[in-house]
Amino acid sequence: MQVSSPVREPLVTGGRTIKNVTDDVCRRVEEKPSKSWFLAFTVSFGILLVGGYAVWMTLWDGIGMWGLNKTIGWAWDITNFVWWVGIGHAGTLISAVLLLFRQKWRTSINRAAEAMTIFAVICAALFPVLHMGRPWLGFYWALPLPNTFGSLWVNFNSPLLWDVFAISTYFSVSLVFWYIGLVPDFATIRDRAKGVSKLIYGMLSLGWSGSAKAWQRYETVSLVLAGLATPLVLSVHTIVSFDFATSVIPGWHTTIFPPYFVAGAIFSGFAMVLTLMLVTRKVYKLEDYITLTHIELMNIIILLTGSIVGVAYTTEFFMAWYSGVEAEQYAFINRAFGPYWWAYWSMMTCNVISPQLFWFKRIRRSLVLTFILSIVVNIGMWFERFVIIVTSLHRDWVPSSWAMFSPTVYDMGVYLFSFGLFFTLFFLFAKFFPVVNMAEVKSVLKSTSGNIKE
Amino acid sequence: MTEEKYIFTPKTKKNLVMLAVAGVIAVVLGIVLMQSGGHGHGDAHGAEAAAHGAEAAAHGSAVWLKRVMAGLWINNVFFIGVALIGLFFWSFNYAAQAGWSAPILRIPMAFSNWLPLGLILMLVVFFVGGHDIFHWTHEGLYDKASPEYDPIIDGKKEYLNTPFFLIRMVVYVVVWYLFAKKMQSLSLKEDLEGGHSYWHKIRVYAALFLVFFGITSSTSAWDWVMSIDTHWFSTLFGWYSMSSWLVSGVAMTILLVVYLKEKGYLPMVNSNHLHDLGKFLFGFSIFWAYLWVSQFLLYYYANIPEEVVYYWERWENGLYHGFWFLNIILNFVLPFLVLMTRDSKRHNIFLKMVCVIVLAGHWIDFYLGVEPGVMKENGGFGFYEIGITMIYLSAFLFIVLNSLSKIRLVPKNHPMLQESEHHHI
Repeated sequence: MQVSSPVREPLVTGGRTIKNVTDDVCRRVEEKPSKSWFLAFTVSFGILLVGGYAVWMTLWDGIGMWGLNKTIGWAWDITNFVWWVGIGHAGTLISAVLLLFRQKWRTSINRAAEAMTIFAVICAALFPVLHMGRPWLGFYWALPLPNTFGSLWVNFNSPLLWDVFAISTYFSVSLVFWYIGLVPDFATIRDRAKGVSKLIYGMLSLGWSGSAKAWQRYETVSLVLAGLATPLVLSVHTIVSFDFATSVIPGWHTTIFPPYFVAGAIFSGFAMVLTLMLVTRKVYKLEDYITLTHIELMNIIILLTGSIVGVAYTTEFFMAWYSGVEAEQYAFINRAFGPYWWAYWSMMTCNVISPQLFWFKRIRRSLVLTFILSIVVNIGMWFERFVIIVTSLHRDWVPSSWAMFSPTVYDMGVYLFSFGLFFTLFFLFAKFFPVVNMAEVKSVLKSTSGNIKE
Repeated sequence: MTEEKYIFTPKTKKNLVMLAVAGVIAVVLGIVLMQSGGHGHGDAHGAEAAAHGAEAAAHGSAVWLKRVMAGLWINNVFFIGVALIGLFFWSFNYAAQAGWSAPILRIPMAFSNWLPLGLILMLVVFFVGGHDIFHWTHEGLYDKASPEYDPIIDGKKEYLNTPFFLIRMVVYVVVWYLFAKKMQSLSLKEDLEGGHSYWHKIRVYAALFLVFFGITSSTSAWDWVMSIDTHWFSTLFGWYSMSSWLVSGVAMTILLVVYLKEKGYLPMVNSNHLHDLGKFLFGFSIFWAYLWVSQFLLYYYANIPEEVVYYWERWENGLYHGFWFLNIILNFVLPFLVLMTRDSKRHNIFLKMVCVIVLAGHWIDFYLGVEPGVMKENGGFGFYEIGITMIYLSAFLFIVLNSLSKIRLVPKNHPMLQESEHHHI
């Protein structure tokens, strides 16, 4: 028997029944695309094409098109990479970690969050691939493949190689997890569809029968995948942090990086989930499924992870002073008061100060303010990576090598391309796939719907 | 059913006193053996230690006295951490609106009653043995004219100075204790008056406590453990120590819940609740290992002398080499393997076994944090360390069980109680 305490707020409102859930979600897949969808899709695809020019030029002329220089050999590319990978953390956190913690509120948002994860990881992968310069040879550089190029072999001591393994594992498991969750819902759509779409959704649903045995296996597989995915949530960003922390560079070489990067990734991931869900909720009229309670709970996670990140920033600053290491002390003073002070204070304002507004219940439950703050957090997290990467690099050990970084239009274009790609994929998903996990929402309907309790 | 109170029987009291008496005997035996030059283990290091001892004596107290102080300090830090985690466990369960844990929450919360005595012990040991434990308390380090002058430690004096250190210590523990008392009294009022308002009020205090905990759990570990190796630093150290405390606190909670259950208390708690507690123990043990690797690997990989020396002293020194590996085996390998299956998290015998293992393991973790920094080449482990820990454990359990006997074990009007009763996984 499932019992829900009276202090809990209902997770599905408006007296929705099981049939309503099916109708509300399937209708979006079945109906003709709306004008607003076409408009949004066209804009995203346009951005993709415009940015595509910068990608093409990078491939054609090489990465000299970017603003990198001898001192700052890594800037926007790696910043964008880490930013996108970080965003790609919330999906698996919601689907796996919250499943293990039996958080029922995850059911309304896990589908879209997992989709977002997958698209964000694809966008992330774009940057290291482009940075290879000649990505058609990338397999030999990134994987230990025997080859005839002489001494070309991967460096197993390099966290960049660990990244290849960690992210490809993460991507595979997330994709399988997402797809397994989709199977019963595809079958629901199949059962309502006619003609070609019945055939397509029939193939996508892998012959799902809906028998008790099938459900039992579904639940077992979900749990096993959740168990596998949970360490992956930690491992991916841990290894991303190792990209920096294993180097002997002031500002990078610090032991708090692994857990603090993970917290920052969850922080930015939830912010992006909120940005997307608030729009989807409005356009698709999903207010009964993604309630203010859901938004409030996500805001609490943002508050928590934002505070953890804040503690980490402060710890780093304090330890730089406490350590007595001159180079570390300089690196941190330079971050805050050097030529990139504006980036540092943008980061501090967006990531540490602004989430503290979520202490107020009224702000946690305000759609407009949540939307604004979710974007503020994403801006802040971009600046965090920029601050870590560029301000640590731009003051080389030799003062004659000191430099500044300014992005070229191609740096910006490639970043724009990743946005175009992300939103194109997301809008395709939102149109053709069920954006809410119908089967799982139905499973919590009985115990958490305000209606049925009466 | 929920009216039940724990009865702290004379027999249990007697057992605890016996534990303490056995501890006293071991302590006396240990100190006698130390003074006769041995390590308590009867080993070949004896002569070497005695030679170093003469040298160390010039710096401060006699070697045996230093070791006495180190042993006291390890237990001070360990048990005050367990007490703090009891409070943390309660708070994060409230903040996260956990339902299943409602009937057991008062048990970890009772740990917080250790805090007053814990603070007194810390202050006493600091006043008596602070110079032996904390290198930075030596005046000469800050005096440019002195041969002991240390520019790096001198650079830390705004933070590492006795008045500020003591102020921090008192503020941390007093504020923790005030939070504990406030939340406990709200929970007891809820027993009498019912309603949901107390639950909401406790949530507010729990959230505020978590903020304070988020800062002080790190800073206290810097003060009480990291500053012993005064030159050394690590940004992760605070979270690492917190995770060590966390596993210890959860293990202590499980042991007491299982103990009370076996005595016939807590009828509402069944194998589903134990399963969840077991998952915490399993998960946090992995979390501890994750932080252990993060800290170690980054220093090992970069191999910067002033950073890696901390690990060098522990790994290369025969005195600590065994403990170094024991630390990982007891705190990660064993709990990971034993608690992997569902069944082992649902049966008292496995849980008890793992809890005892990790409690010993995390004690060793703090031993490795304190002993090498205080004792250098003269450290040891023997009757004294075992005995002093038995005394602390006995006192800790006495205070916790005594305080539990004065309140209802289960908060009878907790709004989550019904959920917990139907908890099934």
